[in-house]
Amino acid sequence: MATVQEADAALLLLQDDLLGALTVYVIPETSPLLPQGVGVYIGKHRSAVMRGTQGPGDVLAAISARVQQIVQAMSFTTDSITTALSDRVPMDQLGTDTRRPFKSSLGYEITFSLLNPDPKSHDVHWDIEAAVNSYVQPFLDKLGSVANFSVDSQILYYAVLGVSPRFDKASSSFILSALSLPHVINPVEARLGSSATSLYPMLNFLLYVPERVHSPLYIQDKDGAAVGTNAFHSPRWGGIMVYNIDHPAPDKAPLPLRVDVDMVRVMEVFLAQLRLLFGISQVPLPEDFLLESPGNNGLTDWELDRLLWTRTVENIATVSTTLTSLAQLLDKIGNIVIKDDVASEVYHAVASAQTAMLELASGHLGSAFQASKEAVTSSERAFFDPSLLHLLYFPDDQKFAIYIPLFLPMAVPILLSLVKILREAKQSKKEPMKTD
Amino acid sequence: MAGVVAVVLGLLLLLGSPGGSTGPPRDSLREELLLSPLPSGDLAATFQFRARWDSELHREGVSHYRLFPKALGQLISKFLVRELHLSLTQGFWRTRTWGQPYLQAPAGAELWVWFQDSVTDVDKAWKELSNILSGTFCASLNFIDSTNTVTPTASFKPLGLANVTDHHLLRYAVLPREVVCTENLTPWKKLLPCGSKAGLAVLLKAERLFHTSYHSQAVHIRPICRDASCLSVSWELRQTLTVVFDAFSIGQGKRDWSLFKMFSRTVTEACPLASESKIYVDISSKTQENELLEVTPLPLSVHEASVQGDRRTYAVYDLLSPSLFNVSRSLNVQLKWKRPQDSLDLSTPVLHAQRYVSGYGLQTGEISTLIYNTHPYRAFPVILLETVPWYLRLYVHTLVITTKGKENKPSYIHYQPAQDRRRPHLLEMLIQLPANSVTKITIQFERALLKWTEYTPDPNHGFYVSPSVLSALVPSVIAMKPEDAEQSPLFTSLFPSSDGSSYFVRLYTEPLLVNLPTPDFSMPYNVICLTCTVVAVCYGSFYNLLTRTFHVEEPSSGGLAKRLANIIRKVRGVPPL
Repeated sequence: MATVQEADAALLLLQDDLLGALTVYVIPETSPLLPQGVGVYIGKHRSAVMRGTQGPGDVLAAISARVQQIVQAMSFTTDSITTALSDRVPMDQLGTDTRRPFKSSLGYEITFSLLNPDPKSHDVHWDIEAAVNSYVQPFLDKLGSVANFSVDSQILYYAVLGVSPRFDKASSSFILSALSLPHVINPVEARLGSSATSLYPMLNFLLYVPERVHSPLYIQDKDGAAVGTNAFHSPRWGGIMVYNIDHPAPDKAPLPLRVDVDMVRVMEVFLAQLRLLFGISQVPLPEDFLLESPGNNGLTDWELDRLLWTRTVENIATVSTTLTSLAQLLDKIGNIVIKDDVASEVYHAVASAQTAMLELASGHLGSAFQASKEAVTSSERAFFDPSLLHLLYFPDDQKFAIYIPLFLPMAVPILLSLVKILREAKQSKKEPMKTD
Repeated sequence: MAGVVAVVLGLLLLLGSPGGSTGPPRDSLREELLLSPLPSGDLAATFQFRARWDSELHREGVSHYRLFPKALGQLISKFLVRELHLSLTQGFWRTRTWGQPYLQAPAGAELWVWFQDSVTDVDKAWKELSNILSGTFCASLNFIDSTNTVTPTASFKPLGLANVTDHHLLRYAVLPREVVCTENLTPWKKLLPCGSKAGLAVLLKAERLFHTSYHSQAVHIRPICRDASCLSVSWELRQTLTVVFDAFSIGQGKRDWSLFKMFSRTVTEACPLASESKIYVDISSKTQENELLEVTPLPLSVHEASVQGDRRTYAVYDLLSPSLFNVSRSLNVQLKWKRPQDSLDLSTPVLHAQRYVSGYGLQTGEISTLIYNTHPYRAFPVILLETVPWYLRLYVHTLVITTKGKENKPSYIHYQPAQDRRRPHLLEMLIQLPANSVTKITIQFERALLKWTEYTPDPNHGFYVSPSVLSALVPSVIAMKPEDAEQSPLFTSLFPSSDGSSYFVRLYTEPLLVNLPTPDFSMPYNVICLTCTVVAVCYGSFYNLLTRTFHVEEPSSGGLAKRLANIIRKVRGVPPL
């Protein structure tokens, strides 16, 4: 065994690779397998290799602190579960990163758009199909157990950003400051369109090629320094990257200038933004941890497990919220008719949620996630069923409109004479007392 | 955030550049504007934008769009649509005064769709498709349901490539009550690749386009042959917009037209994405001696084509040729009449039709259709499609077709009776029209009484009957040679032409407005008031009579009523109480 990577790959064949499981291999402290200065190696799959301490006493107690750190890095923590429930917790208690990832959904639509506001000057071509197949599709295939994905792309012409950039004399370039970034997205969004055919949330990744008169265009962050990747992302929406083109001397090249987009650079940025938007973020690790890079898939197995843990918890919370609001609605409006299939969906949702919680307690992540997905589907189907809109055919205002004209004229004389009778009865009761 | 991205970038191991891939499917865009002066002095402007995409839209997986709009591409692949034709029209094309139209559309909204034969539930797909189109075009197409959808058997044959023509895959619906306005034009313009920023689409300003006698915008999607050998299939999207400018309201009586006068804009450049961008002006002169029409600026070329049985001449302005914008930066095409126009003879179109409702009262009526064939010596057949809503109950035994006083039996009749609240009447007939004749088709109907919740909020406006459709292959006076679809102008390749001796025409008649027996909707309020009054007066007084007891009352001094009465008595001059 020369390197720890080869060891990890060989050990993978020995362990049974269950979702949510974690294997920690303890090697002697003096072993040359791990490089110098590295105490723990976290691999691509669900295993880690750590150095054992050579002291006297209970070996397990000695390494338990380290194992705790490994588990917190590779599996879920209290913070990550709180983040998953972030929509139900008041906002000031959490950090700013918690609202970034998309809410759990059964599917997502990803759209890559190339914005070319100046087709007279730039004839932009991008080989998006090949880029998606080689960079994005492996990542989405790995996430296939989490949700369904569909990928689209389009080219939009004459689509301008909502903000006109400032000219900076020092760098002789145009600048988009961090304060103006929130205003960029709104005018573009009208052109992007929503998906006509599905109800899944949409992630938009835009590649903007600035106009010839506004080239080169750089994005500045809050400190005034230009952002390295020239891109930014918006929570729960997507990302935008600005792609600058080198223009040759004006009279040399005829307009429009043919541009072939370097898809490697672009896909690096978009894939990083995609990871952030799904909540796959970096945890701070102690110094002597060595993290293996995810490889071609862009996602390690234990990162996928972390996503599944948080998603399962979020799904169960969603189910409970939905069913609770349905129950509250029925309490308020007693007239709503619940059909049999809606009732069976509610029962199924409750049963699936209970199964999911049981499976979570015993640690079976795969079946817990499937059960929580079924629970969410059933609860959404029950809550959004169109038949809930039909009230019973006797609304209150119709009752008033029909019965009051009949009974009010009849009731008034009767009530008045009743009042008179009561008054006379009271008087006659007083009379015998008086005369006596 | 940048730091996180940098760290994550360090983790990603990316492949080198991918292996050699085939280029993306090619697509091309052509745009054209046709200005044709009409015999009555008005001017018709027809815009056509055609995007052609050499791709197979029905494969699974990822789809990448460039000139073809993503919204329509997704619809086609999800619902397995083979052809889609949607038109929104305001106004009516007066065939007798304006001549034969290139592409006519019925008043309101019309949608007809051919599905692929792999669709299992056509009705479900039709319902979902009409709902999604309603959202995409901001039109109330969601009112299309089974009560106004029919399945024609002979009338709407596919306009693109087709190998299977099972008519159960076709659905046709018309909403005659639909109104077209700016909010329908905006999503239509959004589908164009250049938007309204460059090319001919800059002329499409809503305030001028809706100030017209006839406004029709349409979207046509169909599969076509990629080349002459027809081994592979491309998808074609045509967006057409036809407007007719009225001579009196816009020209103030003068019959000189210019682009600026009509659209309040001029053309400055072609769309950079278009492979062809042209303006055609119809300058066929009716008399042999002098030209009546003068066009400025002088056209660079002239195109002759035989269109609709007539040889016509067109002045061509090619926006992509660099010499066009040499003189001035903007192009403003002007048409001037050299001589007064009353010497122009109005040639009547070969085929035109008219429809009206006759009868009296609110129980029965009669629908009459008159079809005119003005060709001097040729007879030809015409297919008539009538869709009548279920609440006008047609009696087919009263169907009478007469030509020149004699009875004319149709060679093909397809009649599908209506089912109340489920399906409309469908009547399709193939009628032979003799030369130079008028054919009258009459059918009687009875008006039904609807349930009170089925009336619209304005029931006294009436109920619409959708226009009937006439499809015919009209024989042409001159021989037309079939031209290559890619080289000829777009307005000549709308309908597939089979041979050179006849051309295809589809005409629509007027929609009808029929009054149904309407109940008085204020009756519930009346009933409540009456019942209230009767019960209060009769029952109240009866009860009082039965239960009133009388007893002596001491005269009381004072009280507000007594003081008020005394004031009135003082005014009258009568002693107080």
